[in-house]
Amino acid sequence: MAHSARRKDCPELPDFSLLKRLARDQLIYLLEQLPGKKDLFIEADLMSPLDRIANVSTLKQHEVHKLYKVEHKPVVSTSDQLCFLIRPRIQTVKWICDVANADKAAGKFRRYKIIFTPQKFYACEAVLEEQGIFGDVTTDEWAFNLLPLDDDIISLELPEFFRDNFLAGDQRWVRTAGSALHLLHSLYGPFSKIYGIGRCSKMAYESWREQVEEGEQRTHQAEIGKVFLIDRDVDFVTPLCSQVVYEGLVDDIFRIKCGCVEFGPEVTSSDKSMKVMLNSQDKVFNEIRNEHFSNVFGFLSQKARNLQTAYDKRRGMDIKQMKTFVSEELKGLKQEHRLLSLHIGASESIMKKKTKQDFQELLKTEHSLLEGFEIRECISFIEEHINRQVSMIESLRLLCLLSITENGLLPKDFRSLKAQYLQSYGVDHLLTFANLRQLGLLVEQQPGETLTVMESKVGKLVNDKTAGKLTDAFSSLAKKSNFRALSRKLNLVPKSDEEYDLRVPRDMAYIFSGAYVPLSCKLIEQVLDRDGWTGLEEVTRLLNGHEFAVSGSTGGDSKTKSDAQRIILVMFLGGCTFSEISALRFLGRERGYKFIVVTTAITNSSRLLEALLDNHA
Amino acid sequence: MMKSKADEEEYWNSSKFKAFTFDDEDDEFSRLKESKQAVNSIRRLVEEDDDEDDVEKVSWSGEPVGSISWSVRETAASNQKTDREPAFPKINTDTPAISKSNSGYSLSSLFKGKSRGSFQTFNDSLSDSSVRLYAPELRKPKSEYKDYVSDWSPEETVQRMQQGKVVSLEKFRSLQDKLLLLDIAVSAHDGNVITAVLIYLKRTLSKEVLFRELESRQIALRHFIHYLTETRDQRLLLELLRALCRTEDMALLQYKEHLSIADENKRRDFLKSCLSLPFSAEDSAHVQDHYTVLERQIIIEANDRQAEREGKVEIFQKFPRRASILNMPLITTLYYCSFYHYTEPEGTYSSPLNIRQTFKISEKQYFVTALAARAKLKAWSDVDALFTSRNWLGFTRKKSPLSFQRVVDILQKNSAPTQVLQDYVALVDDADVRISLAQKHKCHDIIINTYRDLKDRQMLLGYRGKVERGSVEERKIDELLNNPQIRWKN
Repeated sequence: MAHSARRKDCPELPDFSLLKRLARDQLIYLLEQLPGKKDLFIEADLMSPLDRIANVSTLKQHEVHKLYKVEHKPVVSTSDQLCFLIRPRIQTVKWICDVANADKAAGKFRRYKIIFTPQKFYACEAVLEEQGIFGDVTTDEWAFNLLPLDDDIISLELPEFFRDNFLAGDQRWVRTAGSALHLLHSLYGPFSKIYGIGRCSKMAYESWREQVEEGEQRTHQAEIGKVFLIDRDVDFVTPLCSQVVYEGLVDDIFRIKCGCVEFGPEVTSSDKSMKVMLNSQDKVFNEIRNEHFSNVFGFLSQKARNLQTAYDKRRGMDIKQMKTFVSEELKGLKQEHRLLSLHIGASESIMKKKTKQDFQELLKTEHSLLEGFEIRECISFIEEHINRQVSMIESLRLLCLLSITENGLLPKDFRSLKAQYLQSYGVDHLLTFANLRQLGLLVEQQPGETLTVMESKVGKLVNDKTAGKLTDAFSSLAKKSNFRALSRKLNLVPKSDEEYDLRVPRDMAYIFSGAYVPLSCKLIEQVLDRDGWTGLEEVTRLLNGHEFAVSGSTGGDSKTKSDAQRIILVMFLGGCTFSEISALRFLGRERGYKFIVVTTAITNSSRLLEALLDNHA
Repeated sequence: MMKSKADEEEYWNSSKFKAFTFDDEDDEFSRLKESKQAVNSIRRLVEEDDDEDDVEKVSWSGEPVGSISWSVRETAASNQKTDREPAFPKINTDTPAISKSNSGYSLSSLFKGKSRGSFQTFNDSLSDSSVRLYAPELRKPKSEYKDYVSDWSPEETVQRMQQGKVVSLEKFRSLQDKLLLLDIAVSAHDGNVITAVLIYLKRTLSKEVLFRELESRQIALRHFIHYLTETRDQRLLLELLRALCRTEDMALLQYKEHLSIADENKRRDFLKSCLSLPFSAEDSAHVQDHYTVLERQIIIEANDRQAEREGKVEIFQKFPRRASILNMPLITTLYYCSFYHYTEPEGTYSSPLNIRQTFKISEKQYFVTALAARAKLKAWSDVDALFTSRNWLGFTRKKSPLSFQRVVDILQKNSAPTQVLQDYVALVDDADVRISLAQKHKCHDIIINTYRDLKDRQMLLGYRGKVERGSVEERKIDELLNNPQIRWKN
């Protein structure tokens, strides 16, 4: 394949299966705190993560009688012990209070236990108190905050992190992120160097540092040397682009959930759907996941031919040879055969879907936006997209991409596109637009470019109260994306007249057909190359600052254990895409690093925008 | 394979943007199909003894698991904390300085906490990698650590809260103490603790005082707003926004309530009441439209439901309505009306032209929607009429606010027959686009005429091989090729 390792000296990844065992053992311990038979209610979005670390028989062994999904409806359980495994959400706790109060009213006595994961919030306990249930319910915390999805991907499985932190400005998950980092540090550290950029990254770093100080320090061989923390709002462009690397494309189209995808009948060429784990254990997938989609066909047909040849070998075999063939090779071939048909089916289905929706033109528009080329044509493409009521999310994605790359829309364009959008998809989206403006994703250009500078100067001079007001007033300005300037500085968009051979990628731009190097990954590359932010002052200024690079004085024997120094943990606060992971894997192969991606959740353009929709009750 | 290596090479390298295509059904797709056939053809062998499943599936069905070996060791509460230098430096996290404090608390004292309770670590149990066990401390009663509650300083209180330990906030009674506690919580960057303090302040301060103090504390304010949103305390949230003079946010928040009103008449009345809310001028017009659309939808829905039930109107019999039009976007409403009420006079509520007028729908938008609706009904004469305009001499010609390429696309998606399609393919300006569209939709005449106009003999010759032998098309090509009057360029 195109990506045969450039450097053979990439270090080995640490073993993260330990994290699963820790989480499982802790859950079992908690279940045993409520001895005897009990029914377990599980929050819907915890089902898949739970599936990855335990199964029904694990739960049954610990006297879980029946399993229910939390549905905010009256319960039908007859058990006299109810256990709730939930995220710390006020509405879920309210529902539990309703259940308990209904029992009380009916004179039914039960024992209740709430297990909050990854932690409980005071606001939830306050609900228990208010509803008169505090004391009737025991509560616990299950610190399940790191789920390894693959050898090099660990997820916090907290998609709400993005909206809570960046849109609502609620810092409730900062400590969770710090704790996750702390756990990794105690198991695979000590880290010797930490880099980061973004407000939340800084806070997560501080939270982690405090937790390290609160705890004890141990010395053991570091398995992870360096850490890079990055906020999602440092780079919104990358997750808004269409993904064209196989794994990302599969995620965009079929939605990979917790490392698992459900392929429908159109893929499995049978009448039923099939759930398939997508990770490095799948040998076929492992070879194509990071490939540009255009290379996937070639690979799959080559594989199919090899498979045919391997099967054909059995012709003309005598009994003995046949026996060896069946016992030694057949099983492997069969497995490969199954995987191959699945991925061929998936590719076929991707092709059909993408052909239908003029994917070619869509990509062309995206590339023009990234390049800042023929913007009027792009606007009329987006307009037609809206007029024809093509996917509501897709239209929004293009609008946001236009706004970020252009530093906001001209007032005239903004008004007209917004009006047409509301006509096509419903006036309810006024609320969505308000959210997007708040986040700086879709804004009107403001007159007076220099206001940002002025704001920071004024902010330093006046007292807090006024500064607060000022920040509020200028908030949309402070969030200027400066994409064009950043793109020039960091050379993110290669010249379009150069040819790009996607089979022999020369840089990370291959994940976007050679049209764009993802900003997030480029920053990581630059900082690692320079061992800090020196020389990137202009870039960090354009990114509104909040960068840091610190080294630990007791970082251990960093010189001698050089392998660990080339294992780099990148933590995305607010989510990262499969394309970014592919880009980092590429960078790792080029530079002899191994990247471990820790993310609050796997995201893509649809998930990111869906989190900001407000057109539903 | 299908193509020679060189061909392929050239294909993928030809240009950056063309390197990746989903449109070309001829090569990669069929290559893929071939692979699929190859794989399918060897399926039989595989299915001979199809007992085990090699693809890992995910299910809750229990596979037997080995007994989980684990034990719980309570890690001893260790107060081993020494005054060593921090391993990693503290960085400035840009929280506004605690201005309200005159008491000389420094931020750094916060992080150097002297008295520390036990803190869970993994060390004891994890230092031996073969038996890594984890002992959660969760069941340990938190009160174990409680000394004299009133002794905790604000810093210590916040720190204990961060660690999930029991604290009492009751001793923070003066406004100054309360605000100091809040500011310290904010500087600890723990949203959970910030909200906890806010819940306490909400309980113990009057709204006026609380709102006033929050105004200068943006981070705390955002937490409070989020808390009120989550607890659905709409009333207090509105009061807060009013106190902050955030009138637009207030308007939007009130407008949002319509989403939870299911009954359409009540929803309409509610929207009407929203018209007086202090929206921006622009949004105000949108909300007005929202109200007007729903008002119309209610009327149209009532009429059409009855018409459908009575069975007197043909179109409702032929194309029964699949869903109600209530609460649909404006453009969906326009489509619906272009579908069911196309010929109605402009005076009626359901006339597409009336809708266009009322809501100032752009020409292009109207056109796209009407085109799609009429094409769906296969009302080709209506489609034709949409494009036809007369110039001052009375000649008709076809005009479109939309590119004809897009028109063809819309028609084709509504399965227009070739005869209809070719009329519009022929109107595509760009010759290359025209040919590729014509090829896609098998409009031979257009291809032949285009090559003729381009005087491209070679292409025409090539195309002759693609049409059916003995067909009208072949004859036409032959006539052209034999026509001595054409000056071929090749």
